[in-house]
Amino acid sequence: MPYIPHTAEDVRAMLDRIGVKSIDDLFDEIPKDLRIDSLPGVPAALSEMEVARLVSARAAADGRPLNFIGAGAYEHHIPAPVWALATRGEIYSAYTPYQAEASQGTLQIMYEYQSMIAGLTAMDVSNASLYDGASALAEACLMSVRAHRRSKSARILVPTTVNPTWRKVARVITEGQGLVLEEMPFCAEDGTTIPKSLARYDGQDITAIIIQQPNFFGQLEDVDALTRWARAHGALIIAAVNPVSLALLSPPGEWGDGGADIACGEAQPFGVPLSSGGPYVGFMATRLEHVRQMPGRIAGCTVDLDGKRGFTLTLQAREQHIRRGKATSNICTNQGLLMTAATIYLSLLGPVGLERVASACVARTAELVSALAGLPGVRAAFTGPRFHEAVLQLDRPVGQVLDSLAAEGIIGGHDLARDYPELGHALLVCATETRTVEDIAAYGRALGRVLGRQAAA
Amino acid sequence: MSNIPNDLRYTKSHEWLRSLPDGSIEIGISDHAQAALGDLVFVEVPEAGRVLAAGDACAVVESVKAASDVYSPVGGAVIAGNELLATQPELINTDPYGQGWILRLRPSGDAADLLDAKAYAAEVAAAG
Repeated sequence: MPYIPHTAEDVRAMLDRIGVKSIDDLFDEIPKDLRIDSLPGVPAALSEMEVARLVSARAAADGRPLNFIGAGAYEHHIPAPVWALATRGEIYSAYTPYQAEASQGTLQIMYEYQSMIAGLTAMDVSNASLYDGASALAEACLMSVRAHRRSKSARILVPTTVNPTWRKVARVITEGQGLVLEEMPFCAEDGTTIPKSLARYDGQDITAIIIQQPNFFGQLEDVDALTRWARAHGALIIAAVNPVSLALLSPPGEWGDGGADIACGEAQPFGVPLSSGGPYVGFMATRLEHVRQMPGRIAGCTVDLDGKRGFTLTLQAREQHIRRGKATSNICTNQGLLMTAATIYLSLLGPVGLERVASACVARTAELVSALAGLPGVRAAFTGPRFHEAVLQLDRPVGQVLDSLAAEGIIGGHDLARDYPELGHALLVCATETRTVEDIAAYGRALGRVLGRQAAA
Repeated sequence: MSNIPNDLRYTKSHEWLRSLPDGSIEIGISDHAQAALGDLVFVEVPEAGRVLAAGDACAVVESVKAASDVYSPVGGAVIAGNELLATQPELINTDPYGQGWILRLRPSGDAADLLDAKAYAAEVAAAG
């Protein structure tokens, strides 16, 4: 689509045609006191050359540190074709196009993406993506309340092993609609939610329970037992899953007796680089019986008048442009570009490739834990199986250790002090397939030096 | 010209009501409404036991081009939703006053502002 800027003459001609003196007059309806004339804190414009110089200098200040931080966004290898293809002009768009059926290629990508997400999660149907994992979880909460018509409480159980940022986002998005998110503690020994602790909710009206797998600590929850409790007590199950882990772990659709009702999460690990917190891409899938309560766009496969295979947006009567105020969500688009990258990533790797990535993550993290937890003053906080993250407990505040590691070019992990003060000096570390044995050894040596030096000081 | 049976009462929002011998009320949407919506693909009916106030949205009828709420013209407790519609939403298109009924409820009061067949026909004609 060409971008053609207007000349001053073009603007004048348009204003004259509609009989308006200036562009400002078009905004007359906005009261004066709601307008601002200047943007305090925004510096004056720079030339392209100056901006390039400034941004290069900022990027260089980051250096090329070795990264051991996960906590919701993960560094994975991205095969070169992913972005070479995703940035081609034919498909380079952030959104579902308007008059979507005119863009058959885009709809086909959406359909392929949905098919792969549905396959990975073992759910019946996927939407064409949401903004990010956190907002996908919030949408899943809202959806569960709509889908569970017999439940009147809008109470959702949220283990504190769920990503704390996601919990905050879900709370902010849902509290205005009367949802009650009730947090549940975790077992201090293995860092997971104890299925037996759900007994205190027996007989109560619980709309849904969120189960994150692997949980924020990287630990594996007893998803089957938690799902069985929810099924037996009439609560829906919202699965928040790391999609890479699904190459190894049982998918939400097969949890417990009958599986989860909604699966959601963050698809950033599929070909999307770490980028200062975003943009990322949320996914959501569900069982067919709930499809009309699912937010977001859905591409369907059909045949045209000549009987040829074609793609179309389907079930649009749920959506805002048709259903107005009673739509399932205010989301009327998808995270198109990153969904495209994820689709290309998955089709390049295939099931075998993704399983290799996931297995390598598990192996590297196990090596990382054994390398670090052997150092004096460092121990693994939890027992039990984990995926590609682990909590370590240090003998001193984590912040100062991370600062010293950063000075040695190592991003050592995520400090849990703010969100989990009860864990003491706890550090969340992650190693994906991108970390080599040498990287892990380098981290071990650096941490040993830092701890020894600080102890001596 | 749409079919508007004389023995039913109607609302301006195109629901019909039938008083059953046991005092309960059956509700559906008119022939005119189903024709305007087009082929129905999904109907959400209320569950038994739900208590409705007059004017509450009690069901959703979805066609390929629109989804609309069905409003209960009278308050009461739902006795049953038409479960057949879950798999055969087209019954509303083919038999809007018979097999295409949407819900039955036990009314808790009188319905206000109902139209007889003649008045409803005039309403439909006026809306063009």
